[in-house]
Amino acid sequence: MRRRMTKRKVQKSAPKALSLAMILSVALAFSASAEIPVERKAELRYVLAQDCGSCHGLTLRGGLGPALLPERLQGRTASDLAGVILDGVHGTPMPPWRPLMSEEEALWLVEVLKSGDMVK
Amino acid sequence: MTMWTRLAAMVAITTIGVTALAWSAQADDLRGTGDMGIIIERASGSVLVVENTHMTQLGRIEGLGDLSHASAVYSRDARYAYIFGRDGGLTKVDLLTAKITNRVMQSGNSIGGAISQDGRLVAVSNYEPGGVKVFDAETLALVADIPTGSKTVGLVDAPGNRFVFSLYDAGEIWVADMSDPAQPVLTKFENVGSQPYDGLITPDGRRYIAGLFGEDGMAMLDLWNLDKGVTRILDGYGRGEEPLPVYKMPHLEGWTVAGRRAFVPAVGHHEVLVVDMETWKEVGRIPTHGQPVFVMAQPDGRQVWVNFAYPLNDTVQVIDTQSLEIIKTLTPGKGVLHMEFTPRGEAVWMSVRDLDLVRVLDTKTFAELKQLPSQKPSGIFFTSRAARIGL
Repeated sequence: MRRRMTKRKVQKSAPKALSLAMILSVALAFSASAEIPVERKAELRYVLAQDCGSCHGLTLRGGLGPALLPERLQGRTASDLAGVILDGVHGTPMPPWRPLMSEEEALWLVEVLKSGDMVK
Repeated sequence: MTMWTRLAAMVAITTIGVTALAWSAQADDLRGTGDMGIIIERASGSVLVVENTHMTQLGRIEGLGDLSHASAVYSRDARYAYIFGRDGGLTKVDLLTAKITNRVMQSGNSIGGAISQDGRLVAVSNYEPGGVKVFDAETLALVADIPTGSKTVGLVDAPGNRFVFSLYDAGEIWVADMSDPAQPVLTKFENVGSQPYDGLITPDGRRYIAGLFGEDGMAMLDLWNLDKGVTRILDGYGRGEEPLPVYKMPHLEGWTVAGRRAFVPAVGHHEVLVVDMETWKEVGRIPTHGQPVFVMAQPDGRQVWVNFAYPLNDTVQVIDTQSLEIIKTLTPGKGVLHMEFTPRGEAVWMSVRDLDLVRVLDTKTFAELKQLPSQKPSGIFFTSRAARIGL
């Protein structure tokens, strides 16, 4: 949606649109986190530790599910990993979390996982 | 009486008095462990020592590592608990002193354990590396290592000093005869079904049943007739219906029996399944609030209590085992992770993780008897388990 709006602006007035595009691209870069309220983030972190932790371990070092340490996630893109969270992994106990969270929230969780700050 | 004899008599009386005092003090301090238990505090790596007569906390033991998904078994004298942590830690704690007696890091990643019929061996099943390790119950010295090449789950003790467990990745059930602890004799059953996720044994120790995640059904092994192999029960209970997402694996802990009926959680279906234990056929299914996690019968079998997977884990339902109806729906709070009955079942303790609370309820009136503060409580284990096969 936002990208399409930006393009329209570009056609109208180039310099103004350029600055808008810059603002938007900065905004987009932070969008995964900026749109999620603080309370929801706290809730998601809690779910990650406690409920994802049931299978992946409270310290995310693995269990029935694989470890979710940053070094293990390195080779995979954020959208790929968010897809795993949202749609699950067929044939394994990893369930689809789409009914319980948005794409932005899944992407934000991937950021958190990749940052390693959940690992004690 | 001379001065010396008088003095000697005084000393003797004083000594007797002191001894008697010491004895009475000791007698006041002495207690049995029959009403004691532990509560796992999963996030802080600690356990509470509690007693269920006055419903109080007696102590807290710290330093047990990652206790997500931790469980415990008891020594046969019901004094020591063996606690199996997720990080591979095996910790022996003394309930009477509320102290760690011994602790070993036995693997990278473990899932549960069992104590042998003779009480001398403690076995731990591991995810990483897969397999079972067996330890001397007294010293925690390694006695035997049974690699399986698979995540190993559903480990229970069985009569004949055997351990029985399931191989999640390989779809197998193995029986390890520990008659000679250093030389386990293994009997393996292959192709029992897809992804056995947990196992249990009937209270008489005769039948081992593995729940399957990869298909609708359970795999049953008659330990009195190993030559007959594994049979399937509750085959196709999902009736081809699309399974619902499972946000927490059900647990099979002990055998939930009332009369000749047994109650087990369906996987991917919000139902408790009822099985006739003579024909092993399904005789009922009870629609529930969510994906059942623990399906636990009161010791008298009169009622079955069920908790549920995330995000419906704020609720507990109670099933009447005669009518197979849900007679009570309780909302103790978010994160009800486990329930444990007092030895004769007049009360149930339930851990409510998100409220940092353990609630004690009267099983007859459902009235709350007590709240105990506890940091992120999960498993609750009373010493009455010490004398039960498979727990």
